[in-house]
This record gives sequence, structure tokens and C-alpha cells, in this order.
Amino acid sequence: METALTLNHFLLVSGLLFAIGLAGVLVRRNLIVIFMCLELMLAAANLTLVAFSRFNVVDGEPAYDGHVLLFFIITVAAAEVAVGLAIIVALFRSRETTDVTKINSMKH
Amino acid sequence: MPLLDTLQTANFQAWALLLLPLIVAAFILVVTKRWSGISSLLSVGSALITLLLAIKLAAGGDSTEIGSLPWIDLGDTFRVDIGLKVDELSRGMMLIVTSIGFLVHLFSLGYMKDDAGKSRYFGGLSLFMFSMTGIVLANNFVMMFIFWELVGVSSYILIGHWYHKNSAAEAAKKAFLTNRIGDFGFMIGILLVWVLTGSIFFDEIQAAVGGITNMALLNGAVLCVFCGAIGKSAQVPLHVWLPDAMEGPTPVSALIHAATMVAAGVFMLARVVFLIEAADMAAEVIAWIGGITALVAALMALQQNDIKRILAYSTLSQLGYMIMAQGISGGSDAGMFHLYTHAFFKALLFLGAGAVIYACHHEQNIWKMGGLRRKMPITFWTFAIGTAALIAVPFTSGFWSKEAILEAAHEQHMHGPYWLGMIVAFLTPFYMTRLVIVAFLGGVRTEESANAKEVPAVMWAPLAVLAFMALFSAYGFIAGPLLARGDADVGHFFGHIGLTAILSFIGLIVGVAGAFFLYKDKKKDPINIPLFANKFYIDEIYLGLIRIFQDTLAAFLDFFDRFVLDPVVVRFPALSVMSAGRFLRIFQVGNVQAYAFYFGIAVVALILFLIL
Amino acid sequence: MTFLFYIFAAFALIGGIGVVVNKNPVSAAFSMVLSFLGLAALFIQLNAFLVGILQILVYAGAIMVLFLFIIMLMDVPEEERKRFPFFTFVGAGGVVAGFVALLVIVLKRAEIGTAKLVPLEKAEGVGTSDVHRIGELLFSQYWFPIQVVAILLLVATVGVVVLSKKELK
Repeated sequence: METALTLNHFLLVSGLLFAIGLAGVLVRRNLIVIFMCLELMLAAANLTLVAFSRFNVVDGEPAYDGHVLLFFIITVAAAEVAVGLAIIVALFRSRETTDVTKINSMKH
Repeated sequence: MPLLDTLQTANFQAWALLLLPLIVAAFILVVTKRWSGISSLLSVGSALITLLLAIKLAAGGDSTEIGSLPWIDLGDTFRVDIGLKVDELSRGMMLIVTSIGFLVHLFSLGYMKDDAGKSRYFGGLSLFMFSMTGIVLANNFVMMFIFWELVGVSSYILIGHWYHKNSAAEAAKKAFLTNRIGDFGFMIGILLVWVLTGSIFFDEIQAAVGGITNMALLNGAVLCVFCGAIGKSAQVPLHVWLPDAMEGPTPVSALIHAATMVAAGVFMLARVVFLIEAADMAAEVIAWIGGITALVAALMALQQNDIKRILAYSTLSQLGYMIMAQGISGGSDAGMFHLYTHAFFKALLFLGAGAVIYACHHEQNIWKMGGLRRKMPITFWTFAIGTAALIAVPFTSGFWSKEAILEAAHEQHMHGPYWLGMIVAFLTPFYMTRLVIVAFLGGVRTEESANAKEVPAVMWAPLAVLAFMALFSAYGFIAGPLLARGDADVGHFFGHIGLTAILSFIGLIVGVAGAFFLYKDKKKDPINIPLFANKFYIDEIYLGLIRIFQDTLAAFLDFFDRFVLDPVVVRFPALSVMSAGRFLRIFQVGNVQAYAFYFGIAVVALILFLIL
Repeated sequence: MTFLFYIFAAFALIGGIGVVVNKNPVSAAFSMVLSFLGLAALFIQLNAFLVGILQILVYAGAIMVLFLFIIMLMDVPEEERKRFPFFTFVGAGGVVAGFVALLVIVLKRAEIGTAKLVPLEKAEGVGTSDVHRIGELLFSQYWFPIQVVAILLLVATVGVVVLSKKELK
């Protein structure tokens, strides 16, 4: 049945989620939580992709190319998280802290 | 045989005349520098061969334009060749150059016998012969200018032959720089002539002179071209280099600064006589400058004590006569006539002075000589003959040529130059007789002159030859082939005993008698006029002018550099870069979240930019 | 349908806010899982079944578990509040507010966003589900990216092993 849902709804949700993730990246001081917010932003982008894929109807089917892309994105995100966390662990070992404001040796 | 036939052609002979000395000079420089004996013989040999070639060419007949090698060819607008022009004017001049050149080479064999730089000297002499031949034989202005400069270079090399002597090095530099100033004007003159006539070839210019209507530009062009002659022939105000050029060896002074190079200016003016005849105002200026130079130089000669300096000022004075003659138009050859006679007797006088200096162990002050008449008879008599020709004793060659000039001035009603020349005719006998009396007559003054003895044959033989020429070169059999227009012969003037001749004869008597009266048996100079002795202080004035100019220029440049260039070009970029760096460094906080913040701002700004 | 949309959207957003606000990292992680669940539901509402399941399996199941492991392994403490980070809030708030404002403006202007969600009329049958379709695409058109991603995973594995090594004395 027809719904009152439009593309705008989904895009709005996705955008808001992205904004929340961005806020988290900027505000939090714990490295791991920052990383999680980063993943949140990625997921929001995923939603946008699926929404557009759904609304591009080809022969009565959604454009599955978007889904394929999503497949890859999720894979890459997993790999990225693995490596990123490994880096954070290595960082924690040398600095003994996960407070991002204390990691500032690149300061002029 | 084809080779012999080629050797016989005038074309080959003319080019050989030009290039042989160059080849010898290069050979000396590269190969025989260490063996000075071979170098000197090579050089003398080439001088002899060029003399024979010149005689052959002179006997050859009418004017021929020998082969011309195109050098720069821009079509109709501009063309420069390297080519030779063998007509009566250049043939006569070549005879002079090669004959005096050969005699000087011969004299140098004796004079420079013990010199350490003999190879270099003879290489320089050969280079000079090449350059001078180039000027004489050139068929266009640009080629003449190139060789003009080359002659200046040879002069520089030869004046500064004893380069470790500071005065010699300075004199060479002075000669070259002063010449350069004249040459600048010369260049402008050549360009103006090209603008007026469309060509730089003498033939084409001569053909086009009749069609020139812009008189002001023509006068300007002739004056600029004359600047070259002012420099090269040492006219006032660029005369200052010639007396200093006496620092060079005496044979060099004889060849270059008496007979040939300084005459190049006169020759050049004779080459373009058609231009001067068309530009009346410029011709008058030329005559006046010649006259003024003659007078000023004679005044300065009255008080000099160095034998070579006296002769140098005398040369200046006679050059003034020649230039004056070139400015006095009227179709007579008086200037070139005087150039030829002067070449012979002035070379004779210089070589004689060289003999004296050699005999007195390089003493040049006349007040330290004396009584040389008995010690060096040949030298004395040849020197006396040369002096007689210079002061225009009747029937010597100098008499005929000087009279020719004064007559021409009188005929053309140029009274200013005429009276200037007449005054100089009173002064010249005076200072020359002074020289002869003090150096040769009377008692011995110093030990050197007591020990003087006659010079070897290789040195007095050229003197004898030149003395003969000094007496007889005005007469037809010699003068005929020398002069371009062929009518300035003795016969022309024989019937002309007018006011001029009488006045100059009176001047001769007065001058000689006065000198005898004042200088006989004196130990030092009774007259003392500092103004003349110090050459009218012209050198000091020039030095002062140059210093003022340099100081102002330096001060201006300093100001400019310190207050304009330094802040704007140096400080400002450095300062701006440093400030930019300092500003941007503020953003390097080392905090990752700050960087993410910058990112976010950038993204927002980008989207804003895209939707607006 | 619309009602369900709003509920699940709320899950997603509240979970997100929870991540940002919670001091305890474990709590933050759990909020994240809630957010992902909401997102997965939204995916399924958009007929993206495979991707939705994958979202839960990989994201919530693997990635968040990984996060929790690390948090507990490193004994990450709660974040203490230092003095009030004024500039941080202002800056972050500004950026976020700007972003949201722009989002709204853009969505209002673009026409494409007004397309309605219409049920799909596609053929029913055996080989027509989205899994099949995605499989077809993956193994025909996008075979090369699969190889690349495979290598990427290999590289990531090796990288993690290398990074986790202790310094050899």
C-alpha cells in the first residue's frame, strides 16, 4: 500500500545520525569512543546508500548495485576497525592513556 | 701554371697584403713564442713582403675593387661585406704604411735586441700591420670600424709592452678608453650615414650623397663620424692619450703614434671627403678643431723636457694641421699630402730619438743630454734633416705640404684656422730648435751623454732612408703615386710665392733665432711657464670630472639599494613569508579532534558553497 | 509502515545520542548496538534484506564485539570531566548545527526527495530475491572488486598481527 514515506524521511534520519556521529568525534576524549562515533557516521552513510538504491526502481526491482556497494563497504569497515583498534592498542601500550588531548606531540 | 697565375692576380696580392701579418702574428703567438729570434725574423720578413706587395699593387694601374666576401646580408636594408678597395688613396696609404712599417721593424731588431718580451713585441707589431691594412683597404664603414678597434687593441698591447711598469699599464688603458669614447661617436655616425644613404659601402654612399636633403642630419652624421677621428687622431678634447702613449717602446711611437695609426683619422676623413664637402657646417667645425689642437699642442710643447714628449706634442700639432686641411674643402689633397710627408719625417725624428735614448742608456730628459753632435754624427744629421722638414725649411718636403695647407685655408677664406696655423708656424721652429740645441749641441751635461756612441747599422740605415724621404718626398716621382688626385705636386705650388709663404718664412727665421738666443749653452730651462708645462691641467680636470660623475652615480645607487631595493625586494618577501608561517603555525595544535573540527568546518563550507 | 519507521528511526537516533553522551565506554558500546539494530530495521523496511542481516551480523555482531573486547582488555576508565570544555562544545555545536541546517535546506530544495515509497511490483519466483540478485551481480559484474576486497582483508589481518606484536628485546 502506499505510504506517506518519502525519500526525504530516510535522508533526514541518515543526516541526523551523521551529525550526531560528528558531534561525538569532536566532543569525546576517549579514543575508543571517538572511533565508535566514526563507525556511526559510516553507518549513516550506508543508510543513505540503501535509500537511494531503493528509490531507483529498475524493472520493478531496486537498483541492486547499491546493495553490492554496501556489501563492500561493510567489509571494508570491518577491516578498518580491526586495524584501527590494533593501532589504538599499540598507542595505549606506549602512552598509557587513551585521552586524546594528551596525545599531542605533534603540537608546534 | 695556375698557381703562379693566381699569385699574380691583384686579388690575391691584396688579400695577402692584408692577411700575411695576421698569420705571422698568430704563428708567433702559438708556435714561436719562446724563440724570439725566429719571431723577430718572421715579423720583419712579413713586413718586407707586404712592402713589396704594396709596391706591386701601386704599380698595377687603375682602381680595382677586389673580391668582397659577404658577411651580413639582410637583403635590401642592410649589407656588410669584408672586402678590399684598392684605389689611388688606399694604394698611396699602403705604401706609406708598409714602407715605414718595414723600416721600423728593421730598427726594432736593434732597439729591442735585449728585451725580454721580444716575441710578444713583434707579434704585436704584426697584428698592428694587419689592423692598419684593414682600415686602409676597407670598402665599407663597418669593416673599417672593426679594424679601427683592432688598431686600438694593437696600440694597447704595444703601449703596455713593459706592463710591469705601472705608468705604462696606465697609459695603455688611458689610450684605449679615450679611443673608445671617440669610437662611440663614430658608431653613431656610421648609423646616421646608413639612415641617410641606406648603405655603408663607400661607393654607394658617394653615389647617394647628392640626393640627401636633410642637411641638419647630414651635418650631425659627419660630426659624429668625426668623433672617431678626434679619438684616433688625438684632437682636442680627446688628445690626452697621445703624450702618455710615449711609455711604449720608441719604435712603436714612431710607427703607430707618428706615422700610421694617428693618421688613420685623417685617412678616414679623406675616404669620405664627399660627405664632408656636402656638410658645410661640419666641415667648418672640423677645421676649427684642427686649428685649435695645433695651437694648444704647440704651446704645450714649448715647456716639455722629455724628448719623446716634445715629439709627441709636435705630432699632435701636425695632426691638427692635417685635420684642419680635411675640414677645408675645395678639392685639394693638402691634408693627405701633409700626412705622407709628416709620416716620413716624424718617423725619422722618433727613430732618431730612439737611437739617442738607446745610446744614452734609456735616458729621455733632454737636459741630461748634450754634445751628442760629435758622439753620434749620423744620428745628429738625420735628426737635423727631420727637424728641417718639420719646421718647413724651404724646399724640404714639409715645406711644400705645410704651404699647401695654409694656401688652401687662405683660398677658402677660412681666416680663423688660417691665422691659427700661422701662429703655429711661428711656434714650431722655436720648440724644435730648442730640442736640437739642448740635446745635440753644446757641451756634455751628464755622464751618460759622455759615453754615448753611434748606434749600429741596423738602426741608422732606416734613419738614412727616412732622411732621404724627408727631403725629397714632395717631388713628383714619389708624390705622384702617393696622392689620390695626382695634382698636389710640387709644380703646382711653384708659382705661388704669395703672402703665406713670406709670412711662414719670417716665422721660421724668428723661431729659430729666438731658440738659439734663449737656449744656447744653458744648463737648465730659462723660461718657466707652468700652464704649458702642465698641459693646461687638462688631465687633472678630466680626472676631477670623472670622479664627480662616479661619486654621484655611486651615491645614487647606494641610496637606491638601501632604501628602495632592500625593503621592497629583500625584506618584504622575507617578512611576508615569516608572518604567514607564524600565522599558519597556530593551527598546528597536535590535537586530533581539532583537526576533525577543521574538517567539519570545511565540509560545511563546501556544502554552503555548492548550494549558494 | 510509517509508524514503524518512526519507531526504528527513533532507536537509531537515540542510540547515537547515547554513544555521544555516555561516559562509561561499555554503555556507549551498547548504545551503539541499539543504534545498529534500528538501522537494520530501516534497511529491511527498504527491501534490503541481505544488507540488513549483514548489518547485524557484521557490524553489531563482529565489530561491536571487537570494540567491547578492546575496552575490557585495556581497562579503559570512565572519562573524567575536567574543567568545562567550553570551546569544544561551542565549536562542535556550531559545526553540527551548521551541518543540520544545510541538510534541511538541501532537502527542501531538491525535488528528488519527494519520491514516495511505493511497493515494488516485481516478479515472484525462485531466483528473484535480493540475495540472488546481489549474488548475480557480485559474481558477474563486480568480480574484480571482490578479489580486491579479499586481498584487503588479507592485508588487514597481517597488519593487525604486526601491529600487535610487542617490542622484541
